[in-house]
Amino acid sequence: MAKISTAGNYGKEIRSDCMATLELTKSGGLKIDLISKVKDYFGDQIISLAKEELKFFGIKNAKLKIEDQGALDFVIAARIEAAVKQLIETDQEYLLEIIPQNTDQTAKDRPRRSRLYLPGNTPKLALNAGIYKPDGIILDLEDSVAPDKKFEATILVRNTLRSVNFYGAERMVRINQLPQGLDDLDHIIPQHVNVILVPKCETTDQLKAANNKIAKIKKEKNLNYEVWLIPIIESALGVINSYQIACCENVVGLAIGLEDYTADLGTQRTAEGNESFFARSQIVNSARAAKVQSFDSVFSDVNDMEALKQNVLTSKSLGFDGMGCIHPRQIPVIHANFAPTEKEIEKAKQIVAAFQEAKEKGLGVVSLGSKMIDAPVVKRAQKVLELVSVGGNN
Amino acid sequence: MQEQKCYEDELRNESNYMPINQIKNGVGRMIPTEINGKPVIPFMGLGKHRPTGKIIGPSIPTCLDFPEDGDKTLPSLKEALLKAGLKDGMTISTHHHLRDGDLIANEVFKIASERGIKYLIWYPSASFPCHEPLIEYLENGTIHHIEGSMNGPLGRFTSRGKMKGVGILRSHGGRVQALKDGEVIIDIAVLAAPTCDMFGNSTGQHGPSACGVLGYAKADALFAEKVIIVTDNLVDFPCMPMEIEGNYVDYVVVVDKIGLPEKIISGTTQITKNPDRLQLAELTARFLLESGILKDKCFMQAGAGGTSLAIGDYVHQIFREKGWKIQVGFGGSTKYMVDMLKDGTMEHILDAQAFDLEAVRSIEENANHHHYPVFNAYNFHSKGNLNSMMDISILGATEVDVNFNGNVVTHSDGYLLHGIGGWQNCLHAKNVILPLPLVRHGIPVIRDEVTTVVGPGELIDVIVTQFGIAINPRRTDLLEKMKNSNLPIKTIEELKEEAERICGVQEKPKFTDKIVAAVKWVDGTVIDVVRQVEE
Repeated sequence: MAKISTAGNYGKEIRSDCMATLELTKSGGLKIDLISKVKDYFGDQIISLAKEELKFFGIKNAKLKIEDQGALDFVIAARIEAAVKQLIETDQEYLLEIIPQNTDQTAKDRPRRSRLYLPGNTPKLALNAGIYKPDGIILDLEDSVAPDKKFEATILVRNTLRSVNFYGAERMVRINQLPQGLDDLDHIIPQHVNVILVPKCETTDQLKAANNKIAKIKKEKNLNYEVWLIPIIESALGVINSYQIACCENVVGLAIGLEDYTADLGTQRTAEGNESFFARSQIVNSARAAKVQSFDSVFSDVNDMEALKQNVLTSKSLGFDGMGCIHPRQIPVIHANFAPTEKEIEKAKQIVAAFQEAKEKGLGVVSLGSKMIDAPVVKRAQKVLELVSVGGNN
Repeated sequence: MQEQKCYEDELRNESNYMPINQIKNGVGRMIPTEINGKPVIPFMGLGKHRPTGKIIGPSIPTCLDFPEDGDKTLPSLKEALLKAGLKDGMTISTHHHLRDGDLIANEVFKIASERGIKYLIWYPSASFPCHEPLIEYLENGTIHHIEGSMNGPLGRFTSRGKMKGVGILRSHGGRVQALKDGEVIIDIAVLAAPTCDMFGNSTGQHGPSACGVLGYAKADALFAEKVIIVTDNLVDFPCMPMEIEGNYVDYVVVVDKIGLPEKIISGTTQITKNPDRLQLAELTARFLLESGILKDKCFMQAGAGGTSLAIGDYVHQIFREKGWKIQVGFGGSTKYMVDMLKDGTMEHILDAQAFDLEAVRSIEENANHHHYPVFNAYNFHSKGNLNSMMDISILGATEVDVNFNGNVVTHSDGYLLHGIGGWQNCLHAKNVILPLPLVRHGIPVIRDEVTTVVGPGELIDVIVTQFGIAINPRRTDLLEKMKNSNLPIKTIEELKEEAERICGVQEKPKFTDKIVAAVKWVDGTVIDVVRQVEE
């Protein structure tokens, strides 16, 4: 193994992160060299954290340099752990206390209008993500993390799941493409994660593998909470298999990833989106058939809110329940435009009222004016009102 | 008089820094009874201190002593300073309308240093990083101390205990208060003017170093014993509009360059793109609307920082949708205010200083964009206060505490880094709102006790952070109005706990006993002192 290891990021533009450089020595005890703008305020605390962590891993003699730009404890701990694990073999994990808010479970059919993607190895973005009130926050281990940073990212994401308050957003992790992604689960599943996103999903075998791995971890660690799955369909084959995929255990919805899908088709994404019309409709249809939710792809131009709005309205009209986003400013636009219109709300209220009245009167048939109303229509109306209570912009 | 005091200072160096007597003032801070050899009036609470007597002015001049043809030009700044009687212990003032592009203040003290002059007091309306070269003259004794603001490098120098005297920090209004009640007498005002005529009539609107307005310089022209105008754009008499009247001017000097244009005015001020700050701005705007503070015909003060601009932008949208107008927009003007003026959502701009080129142009083009006699608008000895007429004042702070006290001059590491500017004055608005990040670079912004009290908590009404909004318990009306709001209304303690949960409780900075600067309240009393940081 190497003699000196480094983990994390440090530089003029980098905030809320640090770089740990570790060298094991033969003698001399633990030497911690802290370079930090916040040394005056938190220096002693950082140094004692570092010493405690090194001792936890059984390291008695080492030189550790921490170059810090305002990293919080869970980040510093993750960076040190990543540096340690490059030098010594250990299965131990240095875990900080999990905050109580991060142990709650989520319902299978909760609203998932927006899910905000965050690069898993960039701690600064995670700290404030919850205040934008997305329905879900995705800590990404896949495309947004460079291959040589994957290892330290899993440790950071693990710590983030324990320490950062997401203020009610569902805690999601996008693992790497399988089979690599199965290893990510070891770190992630024990942290009360709510949803795992499985990228480039094409067959039910992949979800079975994920489910088996999750069940194994849960059994070993005696975990008794649900971990939901959202497969991301990103290929022609995935689209064709989407119904079977949606029917897999623990799946709460299907997401579509259009960048890879259009590449697979050999075509380009356009503003009109004709090339993906079939796939999007197929995903919505498969999801509905399997009684799960469906989520549209992200809209990548973060500066064009008007185009985003049009995109959301199209998604909604196709039948999607939500879409991904890559910038917090997109969240209110997504929420506002997935929200039912006033006309839809009025109609829904009338239908639900008529349904209640029929129920109270013991009538078998619900009618509004001269029209008979079927059960699925009532259900849809109830869902509309549910979305209203979630709020448009919050 | 002042000269005498300064000599005494030097002699009694030690007792000056470690005064025997300290007393607790009205915000519970220990302050010395004497600073720079002058007795200190401690802050006693809002509105308690009311100096009496006459407004102090300069000596009576006689027109017979000035050239009949009106030509007051002299060949060099050095000659003008000597003619003005530059000598040890004098108080020299400059203004900050050239901001970080100012070339004149450094030049004044270079000349003084070359002449071996000592114990000068620099009385700027604000200092900027460009004034770092003055450290040389603080070190060699040319400048005894600064009364005004100590920004960036000068602040760090002061916090290290290296300034010979004790620095005095005043607000823009406090600076004029001190001139009016005679606490400070400017011996020589050296006023850079982007355009001027031989008689001294001056404007900031034209010339290669145009800065818009000269409002802060105007006070110096009225109160200083001697007034020197320095320009790089001499025009034929009369220079109009004359914001500074030649009849107050002793000498006019023409130099190659008074400032670096690119640092005087930014090409365009920019709304922040940082999503966290935008979120903060939006939350602030929503609070202003829901609380009823925002209304048709309101008076509003706002800054030109990225977050303030974003709040202005949200407010602009709201006003457009509602068909409302801001009757009076006051503050540093920017293109965003000019846009409001143009589309009718703002009726008047009262301009204290122009921040971008669009604003400078607008002063000339728009009849309702006024350069306002800002020096007289909100000082303690004026007959009324423009600031107290404002419905909304949006301000920043380096720290606030659970008693809503605010700090803008030191950071929580104890170092002096900023001046007060108009901050204390703006606290007198009907609704003072501070949008702040809860955590700044890993450091909590809400603390048990601010490092330095610059503004008393009674005057700070609302603190908005991304994580929640805290309303000062004294504002029962606002608490009542927001009772059923969907906005995240929290107590200030809850916000502090959240900040500490995120980053932990910070260690306090360590200070020596040596007092390096005093913070004046708007009435001239001392609200707090800054001590040397232990390094």
